[in-house]
Amino acid sequence: MSTLQTRTQRPPAPQAPLAGHKLPAYALPVLAAIVLATTALLFATTGFAGVAGFVVVAALLYAIGQTALSFQVEGRRQAANRLFTTLVYVAFVLAAAPLLVITWYTVKEGIGVISKDFLTTSMFRINPERAGGGIYHAIVGTLIQCLLATALAAPLGILAAIYLVEYGGRRPLARAISFFVDVMTGVPSIVAGLFVFTAFILVLGFQKSGFAGSLALFILMLPIVIRSTEEMLKLVPADLREASYALGVPKWRTVVKVVLPTALAGIITGVMLGVARIAGETAPLLLLVGINQRIEFNPFAGRDQQNAQAALPTYIYEQFGVAVGNTGAPAFQRAWGAALVLIVLVGLLNLIARLVARFARVRG
Amino acid sequence: MSEQPTLAGATTPSVTAPAASDISGAAVRPGDRVFRGLALTAGATVLVVMAAIAIFLVYRAVPALRDDTVHFLTFEQWFPDNDPSQFGIAALLYFTLVTSLIGMVIAVPVAIGIALFIAFYAPGRASQAMGYFVDLLAAVPSIVYGLWGFAFLAPHMTGLTRFLDKYFGWVPFFDYRPENNPNNLSPFTAGVVLAIMILPIISSISREVFRQVPRDQVEAALALGATRWEMIRTAVVPFGRAGVLSASILGLGRALGETLAVTLVLSSLYDVNLHITESGGVTFASNIALKYGEAGEIGTGALIASGLCLFLITLAVNFGAGLLIRRQQRER
Repeated sequence: MSTLQTRTQRPPAPQAPLAGHKLPAYALPVLAAIVLATTALLFATTGFAGVAGFVVVAALLYAIGQTALSFQVEGRRQAANRLFTTLVYVAFVLAAAPLLVITWYTVKEGIGVISKDFLTTSMFRINPERAGGGIYHAIVGTLIQCLLATALAAPLGILAAIYLVEYGGRRPLARAISFFVDVMTGVPSIVAGLFVFTAFILVLGFQKSGFAGSLALFILMLPIVIRSTEEMLKLVPADLREASYALGVPKWRTVVKVVLPTALAGIITGVMLGVARIAGETAPLLLLVGINQRIEFNPFAGRDQQNAQAALPTYIYEQFGVAVGNTGAPAFQRAWGAALVLIVLVGLLNLIARLVARFARVRG
Repeated sequence: MSEQPTLAGATTPSVTAPAASDISGAAVRPGDRVFRGLALTAGATVLVVMAAIAIFLVYRAVPALRDDTVHFLTFEQWFPDNDPSQFGIAALLYFTLVTSLIGMVIAVPVAIGIALFIAFYAPGRASQAMGYFVDLLAAVPSIVYGLWGFAFLAPHMTGLTRFLDKYFGWVPFFDYRPENNPNNLSPFTAGVVLAIMILPIISSISREVFRQVPRDQVEAALALGATRWEMIRTAVVPFGRAGVLSASILGLGRALGETLAVTLVLSSLYDVNLHITESGGVTFASNIALKYGEAGEIGTGALIASGLCLFLITLAVNFGAGLLIRRQQRER
C-alpha cells in the first residue's frame, strides 16, 4: 500500500530525457573548416610560418574548439571523452609520422646510389672521397657475423628455454635465470661490445675479428631467443606432454619429438626477430671488428688489430665519418644507400618472421 | 586473441608436470639426465655471462681508476691518456640522463596513447596491422636513426628551437644563446631521436598490459553508461598502471644505453650545459664510440670504467622494471 502511495506521489518526470544532447553530425566538419580557415588567416597576418607549425596550431585550435563546443552542448563528461579521443588519435599520428618520414627520407637519399655495381663491388682501391665502390664486402660480413651469432644463440637459447619451461618450474635457480634473462635483455649493446673487447681481446689476447663481433651479437640475441621460445613452449598444451608420457616416452624424447615440433614455427619466428634485432647493431662491431675495404669471407681473419671483416652498420658509420658532415658528399650518399639496404634486410626478416608466425602458429 | 593471456598465464604451473617424474621414479633414463644437464647448462649461461660482464669490466676498470688524478664522479673532461691522467663522468652522466629524460617525457605519453588507441579505439583487424606498423619502428637500426637525426631532424629543429627560446627562454633549459653554434646537434635533438626509438618498446608492452585488462570490468563500466574515457580511467588505468610504469622503465633502460643514434646527433662537448637546445653533449655510450680508437692503455681502462657505470645504471633500471613486473604478475 505504502509503495503504491510513494509511486503515485512522485512528481512527474523531470526535464531530463533519457538520451542526452548530442552534437549534430555536421558540427565537427564545420568546426574543422573554421579552424583551418582561422589558422590560415593567423599565419597570413602574423609572423607564424612553417608546415609543422600550421599543423600544430590547427590541431590545438581544433581540440580546444571541440571541447568547448561539446562542453556547451553535451556536458562535461562527453567533452572530456571527446578531448581524450582526440589526444589518443594525435598520439597515433605522432608515432606514425616519424616512421613514414624516416622511411621516405632513407629511400629518397639512398635509392640514387643503389645499382648492380653498388651491391656487387667492395670499396677496395676506391677513393672514398669520390663516387663509386659498393657494399658487397659489408653485406658478406653482416651475413656471416649474424649467421655465427645465430648458430651460437639459437641452440643455447632454445635449450635454456626448455630448461625454464620443462624442468625449472618454480625452483630458485630457474626463477633466477628467468629474472636475469629480463635484465640481460636490457644490457646496452655497447656494454656487450666492451665486455667482449675486455675478455676476448684484452685478457685472452685475440685479435679483432668478425667472430669477436658475433660473440657480442650472441650476448644481445640470447635473451631474445630465450624469452620468445619460452613463451611458445608455454603455449604447448599439457595434454600433449601427458599423452606422450602415458605412452611411456621418456621426458627428453617427449620434449624433442612432441613439444619442440609443436612450437617450431613460433620458435623460428623468435629466432628471426632476434636476427633482425642484431643485424643493425653497430656499437659492438665498431669496437670488435673494425673496418675493412676488402671482401673477407673468413670471420676469424684479423691482421694487426685491424682489417677484420666489414659489416653494413660499421660501413655506414665509416662513410659518415669520411663525409665529415657534408651531406652532399658521395660517401654520405653511400651511407644512405647502405642504410636503405640494411633497412630492407631487417624489414624482410621481420616480415618473414611474422608470416611464419601467422601461417604456422601453435594450436593450443 | 582474447584467450591468449589466460592461456599463457594458466599453463605455467601445469606444464612442469611434477607428477610425471614421480611416477617414472627409478626409471629416469640416462638420456633424460643428459638432456636435463644440457638444458641446465644452457640456462646457466645467462647467469655466467652476466657475472662475467661485471667481473671483467671491474677487473679492467680498477687500474685505470687508480691512475685517475681527479675525482671520477665530479670531473667533466676526458683526458685519460694525459700525464697526469684526468677523466671523470660528470658530463657523461649528466647528458646521458638529460637525453634519456627528454626521450621519456616525449615518448611515454605518446606510447600510452598509441597503446590505448590500438587496444580500445581502432577496429579489430586494423588494430593488429597498426601494432605491426608501430613495431616496425623498432626494426629501424639505430645507426639509421643517427643518420636521419643528423641529416634531416637537426636542420628541421631550428624553428622549434627558436620558438622555445622566444617564448620559454626564461626557463634556462630552453634559453638559446646567440654565441652558440647553430647546428642543432643538441641534447634536445638527441632526446627527440631517442623518443622515437623507445616508442615501440613502451607501446608494445603497454599494449600487452591493456589487452589483459579483464574484459568484464571494461564491459561493466561501459554498461553502466561510462564514456570510453571514463571506462579507461576506472577500469584500465588502475589495472595497467604498474605494467605501463615498468614498460616505461624498460624504455628508459634502452634510451640510456643507446649508442650510435646519439653519437651521430650530438656534437661532443664535455661541458655540463643547462641549455639543452644548444649544441654539445656526450653520453656514456657515445663517449666510448668516439674515444675507443684513440685510447691508450689507461684510456681503454677509463672507457671500460665508464662502461661499467653505464652497465650498473641500466642494471639497476632493468632490475627495478623486472621486480615491478614480477610483483604485478604475482598479484594477478
